[in-house]
Amino acid sequence: MSEAIEVTDLTKIFGTTVAVDHISFSVKEGEIFGFLGPNGAGKTTTTRMLTGVIPPDSGSALILDHDIQHQPVMAKQGFGVVPETSNAYADLTAWQNLMLMGDLYGLPHAHASDRASDLLKTLGLLERRDQKVQAYSKGMKQRLILAMALLHKPGLLFLDEPTSGLDVQSSQMILSLLRDLSQEGTTIFLTTHNMEEANRLCNRIAIIRSGKIVALDAPEKLKAAIDRLHRIEVSFDRDIPANGLARLPGVVHVDRTGDKWQITVEDRDLVIRSLVTFSQQQGAVIVTLNTLAPSLDDAFLRLTREVPP
Amino acid sequence: MNPAGFSEQVRRAWAIARKDIRIYYIKGPVLIFGIFMPVFLFLAFLMGSRQLPLAFLVSGLVGMALFFTATAVSPAIFPWEGQAKTLERLASCPITVEAIVFGDMIASTLFGIGITLITVIIGLALGLPLLHAITLGTGILLAACCFSAIGMLLAVPPTNTPSNIMMLSSLIKFPMVFISGIFIPLEQMPPWGLALAAFSPLTYFTDIVRYSFTGTNYFPVPGDVAALILFTIVLTAGTMYLHKRTMPKRM
Repeated sequence: MSEAIEVTDLTKIFGTTVAVDHISFSVKEGEIFGFLGPNGAGKTTTTRMLTGVIPPDSGSALILDHDIQHQPVMAKQGFGVVPETSNAYADLTAWQNLMLMGDLYGLPHAHASDRASDLLKTLGLLERRDQKVQAYSKGMKQRLILAMALLHKPGLLFLDEPTSGLDVQSSQMILSLLRDLSQEGTTIFLTTHNMEEANRLCNRIAIIRSGKIVALDAPEKLKAAIDRLHRIEVSFDRDIPANGLARLPGVVHVDRTGDKWQITVEDRDLVIRSLVTFSQQQGAVIVTLNTLAPSLDDAFLRLTREVPP
Repeated sequence: MNPAGFSEQVRRAWAIARKDIRIYYIKGPVLIFGIFMPVFLFLAFLMGSRQLPLAFLVSGLVGMALFFTATAVSPAIFPWEGQAKTLERLASCPITVEAIVFGDMIASTLFGIGITLITVIIGLALGLPLLHAITLGTGILLAACCFSAIGMLLAVPPTNTPSNIMMLSSLIKFPMVFISGIFIPLEQMPPWGLALAAFSPLTYFTDIVRYSFTGTNYFPVPGDVAALILFTIVLTAGTMYLHKRTMPKRM
């Protein structure tokens, strides 16, 4: 599998602030690649450099085998962009916006018309095609932006917070379309704050903090890698002594919250076996037993936590 | 198809021009401004300068109409689009900055020509004979290209606040009208005035219009045409170069 995006030492400096600090990564063809980070971490700046909107101060980015700085038109011809804020022309209708995109990507008019009709139908906008975009809701605008980005059937799609602030119906429609596109082989570069969305969609995730990539892996590996400690939540049908739990092999720490015990452990398997034996010894019945794996939220928070000076 | 090829970029520039015409030019207030502004300036001078012949003033009207209309909207397009984030969309599309600028210039050229033809008709309706129609047509085409390049040049400062650009635009455009032989014939200008006039492309266009309506001219007509061509090339190249440098600062 070849690389759809290959970033080497990409850097952007605004005044005295290093917005993006010598980052390097690659995105494989057909992959859904999540790009996460807190506000101001450098996500949008990176995306803007990759899409040729702003030039980097140093480093390079190969997009579909074309250098975005030296062959910008060839690179841009191969990808579509869905920014966070709708940037369709509000004074034009949805149809006119799509035809403008068709012209800017050099599509024959008949082909652009067919494709535009299909996309508007898929995204539930066909009946409103002749209405000016200024009368559209946020969800409709975002669906139109997606249609505009997909008109030329790009091999690579950049999306910046595509479902931010949208209603459930629009979000689901967009996410479902992204899954279909991925199955058809489209590479997707997704910038998002939505951990659940990233967790479900992405093959790999990069986390950026203060302009530097602090982690890059599959979501499950990221979750597993952030902590060697795990948590187990258990509840019994009667009171049991806290010090008895704390003395079990493999238990690091015990906390009681309501009728449940939260146990921090090093070896889940060992502690679960010990808990079964312990409950039998205490004559207690285990009512619930849950292993609490770190979520992507946990991983994100841990990895993006600012290091104190 | 080579997306980066010259012909393909020209085709895409034409798409930008059609978008501009649809969004920015075919608007009541813009059309009204384009016609009324030069007409009112003309009437003001007609009443205040009764000793000047009508042919002289109509020539000035045609010159002003083209100059004001070709530079009326184009300076504000980049700031408007920067503000609306649509410029960011264009920047991520496979079109060069030069082609975007060229597209904006085409739209402003066509708008300028359209409105100027109305003032030519006004001149004919007032009984002025059109002695050199081909020369006038050539002059209007060249000057429209040249003035639209000036319009785009005024949009170079990377601000996304249209009012800032419009203020700068007025500061430059109005003095240009007064040094270009529109209200004061070149023959009556002091040497320093003539020296200033030589740096204004509007001077050469006004001279061509005057020649077309009255048969009299200050500079040789081939010289006027050559000056307009030279200004057009230099200003177009300059505006494209500068926009390429400032475009990322708008994002």
